[in-house]
Amino acid sequence: MKYKPVIGLEVHVELKTKSKMFCSCSADYFGQKPNTHTCPVCLGLPGALPVPNQQAIDWCVMIGLALNCKIANFSKFDRKNYFYPDLPKGYQISQYDQPFCQKGSITLSNRKEIGITRVHMEEDTGKLTHSGDSTLIDFNRSSVPLVEIVTDPDFENASEVVEYLKKLQQIVRYLGVSDADMEKGNMRLEPNISLKKENETTLPKFKVEVKNINSFRFVEKAIAYEIKRQEEILNEGKTPAQETRGWNETKNATVSQRSKEDAMDYRYFPEPDIPPIILKDEKILKLQSQMPELPDAKFERLQKEFSLSSYNSELITKDKETADYFEKAVEDGKKVYVPPKDIANFIINQKINPSDIVPAELIKRIVSAKQTISIGDNALDNIIKNVLAGNSKAVEDYKKGKTNAIMFLLGHVMREAKQKLDTKLVKEKLEDKLK
Amino acid sequence: MNLNQLTIKEAREGLRNKQFSSVDLTRDCLTQIKKHNSALNAFISVTEEEALMSAKKADKSIEDGTSLPLLGIPIALKDLFSTKGIKTTAASNVLRDYIPQYDATVVRKLKDAGAVIVGKTNLDAWAHGSSGENSDFGPTKNPWNKNFVPGGSSSGSAVSVASDMCLAATGTDTGGSIRLPSSFNNVVGLKPTYGRVSRYGIIAMASSLDSIGHFTKTVEDCATIFNITKGEDIYDATTLPDATEDFYKNLNKGVKRIRIGIPKEFVVSGLDPEVKLLFEKAVNTFANLGAEITEVSLPYTKYGIAAYYIIQPSEVSSNLARYDGIRYGNGRESFGDEAKRRIMLGTFTLSSGYYDAYYKKAMSVRTLIKNDFDKAFEKVEALISPVCPTYPWKLGEKINDPLKMYLSDALTVTVNIAGIPSLSVPAGFSKDKLPFGIQIMGKQLSEDLLFQIGNSFEKETNYYKQKPLLR
Repeated sequence: MKYKPVIGLEVHVELKTKSKMFCSCSADYFGQKPNTHTCPVCLGLPGALPVPNQQAIDWCVMIGLALNCKIANFSKFDRKNYFYPDLPKGYQISQYDQPFCQKGSITLSNRKEIGITRVHMEEDTGKLTHSGDSTLIDFNRSSVPLVEIVTDPDFENASEVVEYLKKLQQIVRYLGVSDADMEKGNMRLEPNISLKKENETTLPKFKVEVKNINSFRFVEKAIAYEIKRQEEILNEGKTPAQETRGWNETKNATVSQRSKEDAMDYRYFPEPDIPPIILKDEKILKLQSQMPELPDAKFERLQKEFSLSSYNSELITKDKETADYFEKAVEDGKKVYVPPKDIANFIINQKINPSDIVPAELIKRIVSAKQTISIGDNALDNIIKNVLAGNSKAVEDYKKGKTNAIMFLLGHVMREAKQKLDTKLVKEKLEDKLK
Repeated sequence: MNLNQLTIKEAREGLRNKQFSSVDLTRDCLTQIKKHNSALNAFISVTEEEALMSAKKADKSIEDGTSLPLLGIPIALKDLFSTKGIKTTAASNVLRDYIPQYDATVVRKLKDAGAVIVGKTNLDAWAHGSSGENSDFGPTKNPWNKNFVPGGSSSGSAVSVASDMCLAATGTDTGGSIRLPSSFNNVVGLKPTYGRVSRYGIIAMASSLDSIGHFTKTVEDCATIFNITKGEDIYDATTLPDATEDFYKNLNKGVKRIRIGIPKEFVVSGLDPEVKLLFEKAVNTFANLGAEITEVSLPYTKYGIAAYYIIQPSEVSSNLARYDGIRYGNGRESFGDEAKRRIMLGTFTLSSGYYDAYYKKAMSVRTLIKNDFDKAFEKVEALISPVCPTYPWKLGEKINDPLKMYLSDALTVTVNIAGIPSLSVPAGFSKDKLPFGIQIMGKQLSEDLLFQIGNSFEKETNYYKQKPLLR
């Protein structure tokens, strides 16, 4: 029997707002001394009340807009009740039936549209550290804003999932709302995986949620593992259990964590401490207008406007910093007639790090590099060879440690070449030959 | 006459005119507490040292010419109000050793206004109860007759004011917890508009119903405290934007031509005949003062208790989840029966499969009850009714019958459900000399009018001048 995977994704993205979701404590918890970024609110002390962070709500809406969602004019927060030591109030403030954003989509490179079910706002929990038979709680992370992005079960394989995740990561980074660093836990993912018969049109009656995945590599592995595991069960004529499984790195396998029988009843109800959130159309339009150009749009524009290859355009727009850097360099390059294509090539081939060199300098380098190239690598090599042969004293001095001698040799090469060369490049070449 | 028997207004005058000091005044209150607290059990903690210290400070400020609305005035706080460095127990064993790291907004405001805090008052644990008996620190007794309940849940606060242990005390009212004890103790009690006084730092019972109010001896004193506690708070997202208002401006304007409605559903069945008689007397007083009395209908009143006993335990079950035994030093086994009952009720009504039938339906009833009041306030400016269908009952009388206990809130809960303000004022005594109170209800943000009506009634009747005989 042939089976077709049905995969949906839940992704949590931690926002990099200054303060936490419901109090004014700093949300920057990474690497901080435990329990130093806390107050009565994020510790859930008796009587403390949550006041929502407007910046976080705005950013959540922006993520929704970037994912082509409908933004609700009326939404609210709800309480998700469950007990866990890292949850100081005994409930998490989240959104249940009226999230900020719903019904969006994202398009993959194969033109396939992945439906976005919803994008909602919630708060992070504290962090538990287990050592021996004791467990320590750090509440620095408690109440840091989290955005949850849920897709429809539209993925059919791991590569679609990974492409989606990379796109999502790129989008939130473009928006500047999260570092989306998987290793730091800024971005966490939980795939829901099941299999259906190839020709079946309805969804399978079970699904398996996989937790504890902290890299794109593991999501691929976990999906592959689950598909194989479920296929085997189905081939035996049985139905895989509806359950939550965890990815175990050392076993390279998913392991059962919680079955359907002990599925939680979260007893959601409207959070009485926070009035409903009204987002007027004007407000939504204002947020829309504040959004930067997003990766897909930028990719297409750069490709069209500067006749870049699709490959180059993709690499240049991979992150917003590089794309912005490229456009600034194009601006600077105009004055000295350096074509955008050459700039793109130079940035890509020389692996230019935008923070190392300002765009104007980059243009100068491209100009001089081009002149060097014009005399040809062979010609330059010949000149260097001649100069070294004719100045053995200087060569010896250099080898003895008089590094200044290289400037003497450099001057000779320049004179021989009778052209303005990129001194940096020539110097590097000379050093190479003198090794 | 001892200084502790003064009203806030009288005490402020005395302090200003240097007839006595805040230390004198505070000492008299502390002496009264020492004399009678063992019998009445109104206080869980008495903060004598801190009180005398801030009284001294207040005296110095008065000397320096500082003028603050409560400078040097001794008050008490329900033990649900977080006080930095002072034990705050909610009258539950779960929090018997809990010392908050911060002051509730209202506590901060009262301190900033110069108040001297003499202690933390007893209550039904977690504010669960109508009698004052459900405290892990023992029941509070009614100073008018120690065999009777003082009403709850703000039992200790009402008793402390009624027995002159302080000049005012704070309370919380989720379903009647201020109005009921105020009517059972012959003191004035205010349940403000929902969201008009910050809840920040006050241990939550049912967040969408909790109103933060207070007890005083007179209506004017009530307005004085309200003027300090009310207002928007950046720490409470449910507080309402609030303009400054002069609550004294209309205080003495009387009730001439003010339309006052009698909700007929409040005065039909279950009303004690003697309560009914005294209520009619109160209505006549208003009529004689020139108010226009009309009957109005609030048809959904009969669903009030049912809706309340779904919404309230639902929220309670969630609000008490944080006392999971990991922090605060005491485990879940320290919860009393009533808290456990409400946790179970609320957990049930919020469970998947039951949510629609219970919580959601109760929320629809909530809207209908609100509409009832809205319609009534198109016809009249205020409504009056007895606070409770009965007089205070004997200690132990209803303690094994939770349903009967819940029904004592029949006339108070709809006000919380609708989020409107209600002022409870003394309105006489039974033939056994047990107090009776009426409540004056108005639309949202109409506290000003409630003070005007209440003050007019108080000036005419002077019930507040009668004091329990303490031995």
